[in-house]
Amino acid sequence: MKNIRTYEEINAKIESKKAVVLTADEIMDYVDKKGLDQAVKEVDIVTTATFGPMCSSGCFLNFGHSRPKIKITEAWINDVLVYSGIAAVDVYLGATQLRHNDPANMDYPGDFTYGGGHVIEDLVAGKELQLFALSYGTDDYPLRELRTYFTIDDLNQAIMVNPRNCYQNYNVAINCSEKPVYSYLGILKPDMKNLTYCSAGQLSPLLNDPFFETIGVGTRVWLAGAQGHVYAEGTQHTGVADRGDNGVPREGSGTLALTGDMKKMNKEFIRGVSLKGYGVSLAVGVGIPIPILNKEILKHTLVRDKDIYGPVIDYSYDYPQKTGKILCHLSYEQLRSGEVTVLGRKVAVSSLSSYTKALEAANLLMDEIKRGEFLLSRPLQRLPVDIKCKSMIIKEKTE
Amino acid sequence: MITKKLMLFFPKCEVEKPIVYHLIKDYNLKINLIRAKITPEEYGYLVMDITGKEEDIERGLEYVKGFDVNVNATYRGLRHNEEKCTDCGNCLSHCPSGALVVEDSKTRKIIFKPDKCIECLACIRACPFNACISIF
Ligand code: SF4
Ligand code: SF4
Repeated sequence: MKNIRTYEEINAKIESKKAVVLTADEIMDYVDKKGLDQAVKEVDIVTTATFGPMCSSGCFLNFGHSRPKIKITEAWINDVLVYSGIAAVDVYLGATQLRHNDPANMDYPGDFTYGGGHVIEDLVAGKELQLFALSYGTDDYPLRELRTYFTIDDLNQAIMVNPRNCYQNYNVAINCSEKPVYSYLGILKPDMKNLTYCSAGQLSPLLNDPFFETIGVGTRVWLAGAQGHVYAEGTQHTGVADRGDNGVPREGSGTLALTGDMKKMNKEFIRGVSLKGYGVSLAVGVGIPIPILNKEILKHTLVRDKDIYGPVIDYSYDYPQKTGKILCHLSYEQLRSGEVTVLGRKVAVSSLSSYTKALEAANLLMDEIKRGEFLLSRPLQRLPVDIKCKSMIIKEKTE
Repeated sequence: MITKKLMLFFPKCEVEKPIVYHLIKDYNLKINLIRAKITPEEYGYLVMDITGKEEDIERGLEYVKGFDVNVNATYRGLRHNEEKCTDCGNCLSHCPSGALVVEDSKTRKIIFKPDKCIECLACIRACPFNACISIF
């Protein structure tokens, strides 16, 4: 398909504050009204967004050197263990790390009130946190223990590095057993009494760009308010997917690895998550602009909830045992109605992804672009379209 | 006949006095206990629906106020913190009474309708963002 505008032209329009931007929520009605041919001439950018728990999130922090110096070998922030097997005062804090002495599921189902995701939320919110660090001591780094208090402003760097965000599509979780299931998709009541989905559907970035034509490595993104970028394909990224006639994947599929400066983030879009009986995580808001380079790209942004299907999976057996069984597919329009039918039974619906917050993010990004403050970047590299996600094989040592 | 939801808060327990019994027997009221905590020598509370004639309810309340009891007809034990709520909608399938519902199908914002809440506390367990809390 021949492009009708370039990244350079779009950026020039943004700089002169003349870019025409709509959210993925608005573009559908706009094209219905104007027609595709007219709309593609007018619209430069469509903004997409999502907000939901993204377990593969975390951040690198640098504290600067203390006097005397320490080479941290073990450390905790607000009693949450951080990884310190890197340079002296660098650490990595992961979203799903539990707090020291959290009883976890020993008192089943555990509450998981505070963990890595909450530390990240507190950091972005500017709260004071405690660092406790240990070391074995060396000639050049003699200090062997320290306890101090800091806020994000005291750090040299606080860079969010999320190996997997923005799943293109996602499972819909249900429980066919007689006991409750406590999952990362919330509490699933016995006997298919409820189910949970987790996607922004028609607003979600990779559902509006199903073949990764514009979102790739190097794409500038709105990461919780900071201007970050896609640094790689996300872990478990799958390009080869079960797709509907419209090209939209009917399963997890593509993912993005994102990074951004936490000092510039908006606390509204970085929220710690406590999932009963499961653990802690972090909910992240991400907005991604799609440049309307041609008609095909615009067409893909017109996808509606009724045309996007998620696979319904039994989290009491088929998910943990990895049988691959799918009970049925449901559209996001059906899911958003609040009640769906699965195997002939009426089931109440919950969601873990906030459409309200995703809409807010898409609008904030749109405003930034319109104000000339957010430029688009051409991807350096396309996301892989030909790879599949492998499974782990548990096996004997190779002789 | 009308139904009123009431919260009786006992700074120090008055359990020895059969308040509920008298409300039923002497004031012709139907009582549906929703939540209760009564521990001798400690604070306690009763959350209940009272059904009866308006004047009977009034008289019943006068009787209750004679004890060392705080009566509150608007107080709810369940609080929904809008700042913490992300409008994810995870509570929707857990709330049996329609107290937590989608306000607007376009934005999918979630609202809490206190008058519908039966204080089952299911949302406290289900909410991943700690937006639903009980004041007790
Ligand atoms: S589960 Fe909690 S955060 Fe989500 S909509 Fe309900 S009250 Fe709000
Ligand atoms: S306590 Fe029960 S009825 Fe009240 S809002 Fe929560 S889930 Fe709904």
